[in-house]
Amino acid sequence: MCTTCGCETEEHHHHDHDHPHTHDHGEGHRHTHHHDSGDAKRIAVESDILARNNRLAAGNRSLFERQGVFVLNLVSSPGSGKTTILERTLRDLGGEYRCAVIEGDQQTDNDAQRIAATGVPVRQINTGAGCHLDAHMVCHAVEGFDLPALDLLLIENVGNLVCPAAFDLGEHHKVVVLSVTEGEDKPLKYPQMFRAADVLLLNKTDLLPHVDFDVAACREYARRVSPGIVIFELSARTGAGMADWYGWLGERVKRQGLGTRDVGPAAAVTAG
Amino acid sequence: MHELSITQGVVDICRQHAAGRRVTEVVLEIGELSGVVPEAVEFCFEACVQGTPLEGATLVVERIPGRGRCGGCGAEFPVSAYYDPCPACGSHGIAIAAGEELRVRELEVE
Repeated sequence: MCTTCGCETEEHHHHDHDHPHTHDHGEGHRHTHHHDSGDAKRIAVESDILARNNRLAAGNRSLFERQGVFVLNLVSSPGSGKTTILERTLRDLGGEYRCAVIEGDQQTDNDAQRIAATGVPVRQINTGAGCHLDAHMVCHAVEGFDLPALDLLLIENVGNLVCPAAFDLGEHHKVVVLSVTEGEDKPLKYPQMFRAADVLLLNKTDLLPHVDFDVAACREYARRVSPGIVIFELSARTGAGMADWYGWLGERVKRQGLGTRDVGPAAAVTAG
Repeated sequence: MHELSITQGVVDICRQHAAGRRVTEVVLEIGELSGVVPEAVEFCFEACVQGTPLEGATLVVERIPGRGRCGGCGAEFPVSAYYDPCPACGSHGIAIAAGEELRVRELEVE
């Protein structure tokens, strides 16, 4: 049995399993029914369905705190530019901070190869049919890293603007990426995700002259759902606006490394 | 389709509490702001209970309506979406008081 999370199989350490949610933790034995009286009996459970994930996420968060690693969970729809933002960020900040990346996708290690090309350590999680990363997957993926030697861990979630919102991974902040080709009303259409995020990266701003995207409306919609959200407008392709994002990131990486918990609201910094 | 993971979580919790007994009914509380679709959970439940002590169990889903409290004026009111403003003062700084629940409330076992 794994001593980190209590899961039973060794294969989870390789992260290439197809069904991460179907572990049998041995609590049930179908052949030991009790037929005491034949009468139905009601049992009060009052248990949070996400309790197991939340417990593992709390364990991850505690580990990141102890090791002084600042951790972000990047979420968005597919194709918003998460990987391109990561590539550019790693190339620009890789010399300054010791970084690592966890890549989540249903299939392929294409994104992990793109990250590896930047020279940063990367672990790929393939979720198979799964639509999101969970704390258990991250708990095992970080075993592949020398955490005390890291300043910043960036987790790229599965491209999906719905499901990853519900699953805490133990990150310090969720960062939602929205590209200007997607439509400014996405914060209203997918409020769970924007509510869960502390930062919004509005990407592909170099395309603004070519698309009907109302930036002011998008900012207003995002703040209706998440009043404290910090918004950066940027283009990972041209590099425009990236400096402000790096400023926000660098401030927190340094604070985390000094052993000061990053407990302040994300909106406390001056940004967009 | 995170309802599949959610439903697997329900089955795991029920098996722990049932301790081997056959489960005949499961009662869930799903908040209207939880982002979880009850119909999808019902669909996944059929698949997830196959070959477990929950096979054949009735699933009862109770919806919990959303309620918010305004951070500006303190008013309490029903909330159907996160972007609903406070009906009293129009503010969007709303704390959610209810509606995000995802709980297994109780079981019936044989």
